[in-house]
Amino acid sequence: MLELRRVVRRYGGVEALRGVSLRVRRGETLSIIGPNGSGKTTLLRVMALLDPPDGGEVICGVERGKVTMVFQQPAFFNTTVYRNLAYGLRLRGRPEGEVRKEVRRALSLVGMRGCEERRAGELSGGEKQRVSLARALALRPELLLLDEPTSNLDPRSTRLIEGVIEEVREECTVVLATSHPFQAARLSDRVVCLFEGKVLAQGTPREIVERPKGRIRKFVRGEW
Amino acid sequence: MLDIVLRSLWVSGTATALATAWGLPLALLLGLREFRGRRVVLNLFHTLLGLPTVTLGLLLYLLLSSRGPLGPLHLLYTPAAMMLGQALLVTPILVSLLADALRAVDPALRDLARTLGASERQASLAALGEARRGAALAVVASFNRAVSELGVAMMLGGNIHGYTRVMTTAIALETARGEILLSLQLAAVLLLIVFTLSLVAGRLGGR
Repeated sequence: MLELRRVVRRYGGVEALRGVSLRVRRGETLSIIGPNGSGKTTLLRVMALLDPPDGGEVICGVERGKVTMVFQQPAFFNTTVYRNLAYGLRLRGRPEGEVRKEVRRALSLVGMRGCEERRAGELSGGEKQRVSLARALALRPELLLLDEPTSNLDPRSTRLIEGVIEEVREECTVVLATSHPFQAARLSDRVVCLFEGKVLAQGTPREIVERPKGRIRKFVRGEW
Repeated sequence: MLDIVLRSLWVSGTATALATAWGLPLALLLGLREFRGRRVVLNLFHTLLGLPTVTLGLLLYLLLSSRGPLGPLHLLYTPAAMMLGQALLVTPILVSLLADALRAVDPALRDLARTLGASERQASLAALGEARRGAALAVVASFNRAVSELGVAMMLGGNIHGYTRVMTTAIALETARGEILLSLQLAAVLLLIVFTLSLVAGRLGGR
């Protein structure tokens, strides 16, 4: 579905990604784990085609409009929740009736039905994250990229978001960037471990999180 | 008097529309893109905010006069010349205010629009929508500057009765003639227009 070959990405003089190669298979949930600053967000931005790589190549087998990304700090247009969710659907020229239906469906998925007319900027942190996820889901993406979707959330909101991810992974391919190895193990089929812009290891959650080795072991145990 | 007020609105409205037509793409470029020399160009526009109207009027007069390079166009002392002059006068205001408003928009919103399927152009328009308050202010401030200025209107329009006479040139003329009451009435109308537009722009932009 998506393949990265020796991808390099620099910001200023710093190499955030240093020759990353990996493949995302259709229908799987892939987690990217690693400590803060390891390049997870950069990797997702390259996958979302937001930032072009400075080296290597990205082979994307998905239409551009079928890839959506949920950011760690959700951004919103300065308007209502409904208009925020409708934006992408309207860009695709969907009739208004269908837009309404999809917005309701997506908000129901994240347990936020009924908040259509609230101003997006006035939502709480957890609500923002859920609405941001709903906005991506309203587009029925083939590839959903989630950047630390539960960072800064309380346990209840985290559980809610994880529940939604569990549901949507049946319908689309998910790439989840997270600093929490056990969250990755709970939610994914495969885990890629990123350290200092390089892929250190990839495998099943069992191989990477439950029986970690070397530096990954230190990271998983919180000793990094 | 109504004739003078309507002509003022028409001349300055057209000038603002012209400035918006060529200033908007420039403001989008300066406000949303990163390129070498961007800051220098933006500073240049900021500097031009203080351009004296008579200086611009004089330069355009030399260009448009019968011996000037644009003399064959016979634009001098026409409403078209006033529109051109006012449009050039307000372009730095429009570009500076709009570019600053666009730069204040969270860059994450353009990324967001792109991840939701927007093209670069659509993402820029989304940013413009977010900067609507600043954009409305830029357009209204430009119009207000155009409708209130005297130098360009006088030097390029010539204050011809029934043809190029606008509120500011009429106020200057009537004051010189000692018709203070008429001058005050025109000044009050001018202030009312400027005030009302600012109010409307504030409301529209705030939505």
